[in-house]
Amino acid sequence: MKLTCRALLGVTVALGLSGAALAEETTITVATVNNGDMIRMQGLMDAFYAKYPDIKVEWVTLEENVLRQKVTTDIATKGGQFDVLTIGTYEVPIWGKAGWLVSLNDLPADYDVDDLLPAIRGGLTVDGNLYAAPFYGESSMVMYRTDLMEKAGLTMPEAPTWAFIKEAAAAMTDKANEVYGICLRGKAGWGENMAFLTAMSNSYGAKWFDMDWKPQFDSAAWKETLTDYLALLNEYGPPGASNNGFNENLALFQQGKCGMWIDATVAASFVTNPKDSTVADKVGFALAPDTGKGKRGNWLWAWNLGIPAGTEKLDAAKAFVGWATSKEYTALVAEKEGWANVPPGTRSSLYANPEYAKVPFAKMTLDSINAADPTKPTVDEVPYVGVQFVAIPEFQGIGTAVGQQFSAALAGSISADEALAKAQELTTAEMTRAGYLK
Amino acid sequence: MATKHSRMAARLMVSPAVILLFLWMIVPLGMTLYFSLLRYNLLMPGMESWAGLDNYRYFIGQSAFWQALGNTLALVGGVLAITVLGGIALALLLDQPFKGQGVVRVLVIAPFFVMPTVSALVWKNMLMNPVNGIFAHIAKALGLQPFDFLAHAPLASIIVIVAWSWLPFATLILLTALQSLDREQMEAAEMDGANWLNRFLYLTLPHLTRSITVVVLIQTIFLLSVFAEILVTTNGGPGTASTNLPYLVYAQSLLNFDVGGGSAGGIVAVILANIVAVFLMRMIGKNLET
Amino acid sequence: MARKSSATRQAVVTISAWTVGLVIFFPILWIIVLSFKSEGDAIGTPLAVLTSAWTLDSYVEVQERSNYLRHFWNSVVLSLGSTLIALAIAIPAAWAMAFAPGRRTKDLLMWMLSTKMMPAVGVLVPMYLLFRDFGLLDTRVGLVGVLTLINLPIVIWMLYTYFKEIPGEILEAARMDGAGLRAEILYILTPMAVPGIASTLLLNVILAWNEAFWTLQLTTSKAAPLTQFIASYSSPEGLFYAKLSAASTMAIAPILILGWFSQKQLVRGLTFGAVK
Repeated sequence: MKLTCRALLGVTVALGLSGAALAEETTITVATVNNGDMIRMQGLMDAFYAKYPDIKVEWVTLEENVLRQKVTTDIATKGGQFDVLTIGTYEVPIWGKAGWLVSLNDLPADYDVDDLLPAIRGGLTVDGNLYAAPFYGESSMVMYRTDLMEKAGLTMPEAPTWAFIKEAAAAMTDKANEVYGICLRGKAGWGENMAFLTAMSNSYGAKWFDMDWKPQFDSAAWKETLTDYLALLNEYGPPGASNNGFNENLALFQQGKCGMWIDATVAASFVTNPKDSTVADKVGFALAPDTGKGKRGNWLWAWNLGIPAGTEKLDAAKAFVGWATSKEYTALVAEKEGWANVPPGTRSSLYANPEYAKVPFAKMTLDSINAADPTKPTVDEVPYVGVQFVAIPEFQGIGTAVGQQFSAALAGSISADEALAKAQELTTAEMTRAGYLK
Repeated sequence: MATKHSRMAARLMVSPAVILLFLWMIVPLGMTLYFSLLRYNLLMPGMESWAGLDNYRYFIGQSAFWQALGNTLALVGGVLAITVLGGIALALLLDQPFKGQGVVRVLVIAPFFVMPTVSALVWKNMLMNPVNGIFAHIAKALGLQPFDFLAHAPLASIIVIVAWSWLPFATLILLTALQSLDREQMEAAEMDGANWLNRFLYLTLPHLTRSITVVVLIQTIFLLSVFAEILVTTNGGPGTASTNLPYLVYAQSLLNFDVGGGSAGGIVAVILANIVAVFLMRMIGKNLET
Repeated sequence: MARKSSATRQAVVTISAWTVGLVIFFPILWIIVLSFKSEGDAIGTPLAVLTSAWTLDSYVEVQERSNYLRHFWNSVVLSLGSTLIALAIAIPAAWAMAFAPGRRTKDLLMWMLSTKMMPAVGVLVPMYLLFRDFGLLDTRVGLVGVLTLINLPIVIWMLYTYFKEIPGEILEAARMDGAGLRAEILYILTPMAVPGIASTLLLNVILAWNEAFWTLQLTTSKAAPLTQFIASYSSPEGLFYAKLSAASTMAIAPILILGWFSQKQLVRGLTFGAVK
């Protein structure tokens, strides 16, 4: 027994020591999402190491939901596990206001912070402090099959209406041959189906809350939004739509099963890539639809790099953040992998570049981003910011719960009216509990 | 017989285990209990205030709570039914001698070695996906409409996935018990004219009672806290159709960042689990007596 | 007559056993197949998948993206470490409970099992705070501690049921021959209990290897085991069946191989007192 004890202790100590880092280098831990652009950056780290030889980067790559949960738990308890975080335009205003992020106002002049697209920069600034550097920005738009539209004898306008979309979907659907007129997100989640539905509702003149923070799911505008959405997917959408998120629809579109797909602008680089897409050369783009009320159905999102307050490796972290979101990095990606794969939607200079203008979806992406205003997202006045989300901490829970109701309506387990009633009920309960409503 | 000396020694030897487990139970449990009495939101730390029993009232008052409770019990019951009945059947089958017995045994045990997250992902994407999954392809080949398992039968699908993971465990234990069955007694009964069913009911089954009890006890402990499979497949949905108690606690503490409410939920889940355990012990505990 | 019917019976048994075995194993077989296909091929119909080209691309991509070896090593350290420590604590405890039972022994056992009743999610925040305060976040030491504690009840219980089967007379005879406590445990008990200890060890290693909650929450990069390795392949953007299959195969292969080689050991110890 004694021998075993001693042996075990020895083993444990040895294991502990083996994790000790060398003194010279600074190692920063970067938490990131497992999407294509971030993975691409991991492959291009040699350039960073050449410029900063004594900084080492430890990547923690996780799926979005797991990432968000781990990062939030850590930053809220000041766990100190991460030095650089990949966070979205939802978290930045909330965390910036709470003082959890380091202000990035002192980035070097050659970073050219004024080059950042105003809509995105605005979403990341609180009280004049830039709290995160945008890595890539996106909006949403319509991606459609030019060949199927031609076959149906229709032409897609640059700025279609929802009515036209319905017409086009009907004309392109051929379920016997597994061609579905329209593919849309149905998977439950505040960032999944609710991102799409909230943006869609904006274009119908609906809103989440009125100026007194009363939920608006009992409004006619929301009913119209949900009814049209369900009709589109039930009649012209693929089976199992209530489980389809971005990836599932991407796979469907790439296999040629969707006539139209309204989703993130970044999808454009995937669907036009002949390596994975069977319809790469048959894709056209249009702005997200509207109903003529003044707002379109597109959203605004950016993944950004932020630094948690209290990190001990501030300089190294800032160096990394500055490099990863710089014009230099953009040029590097263009050189190694082509302009179509450059992280889009963050800098005006990118869109002024004639090389980038050759990319088929560049202009539509820029137009979509510029058409979204997070500070004034809806037709009526509202007390919140955020186009496809409401930038309050409670939104994650409420958004997901409402998303589950709408997803259930799509799956056919409850009716649209029941879903709206339930959404109204649970949102009101949460907002009361959180103190927004008396 | 245990002498006074060895009884002291015995107490000494048990103490590290007891002390550690006691600390492990008390410290997190104590903290959770404390948090459950506060208004503690992760996004607004430093603003905790006393909430008394409000969190409990809210947690139990949710309409989702009763559904989660029902789902938890359904999940445990469903998986137990499939694994015990299936386990007995499989054990009987594998107990017969046949070619390649060793290989088949490994095939049957294999699912137990697979991580719950991996098995859930595989079932969800490669098997059950209504567009690209194998079941969908088979349905289409037969001319049928693919069935969207996770949207239309979420709890049942999860029960299948979890049962698949635990079936090997039950089969192994029951098979081992079967192999110690008294063959002579069986042969004597056969010669006395007892048919297969009677032999099974009156000789085999009683012999297996103890193992079945063990299987039920161990599995229940794990099944009450099934979480990873639900997180990866349905996220508790559609709506709350496949939310069980642990998932509800997760939704409260980590999605709403309401640690107070989540902690209250955790305490409620512990109370429930202990009630189930007491019931279980009362019903089948005597089978464990030597 | 008897021989003929037993030949058909044999055939029926063999066919049904093999069918059942293959059906149960099928999902695992399918992941292995998909891991050798390209992404585009992996989502096709089963026939299409089987006849498409085999490739190692997915494995290469997975290996390039994540550090498999480090995650693998962490899984090994965590499973083995927690199991050995659990055994070191459990063997004496189980001995005491089996051979020197008190009035409250059964209750004690039940209480130990009940510590597994708390859903881990409920204690996540307290644990995270504790770990943060003691500097245990993302350390193997911290995680070994947690894994030991969550599996300790099962280990004690399995050993207890196994020890109870060992005839007390042998121990008494040894005692009467003058053997002390230590000698009793080391030279008499342990050799007889080896099958039980071996199978408990194996079962615990498997349970610790597959633990997917604490390993994800309390580690970041340095101590992250294979469960975190998989988490970076679940639902990324774009097609992912082949990469996920490759990553999954790499994650479960070690444990499958261990299981294959040690199945006899595993089975021998799982009697739980059913053998008389």
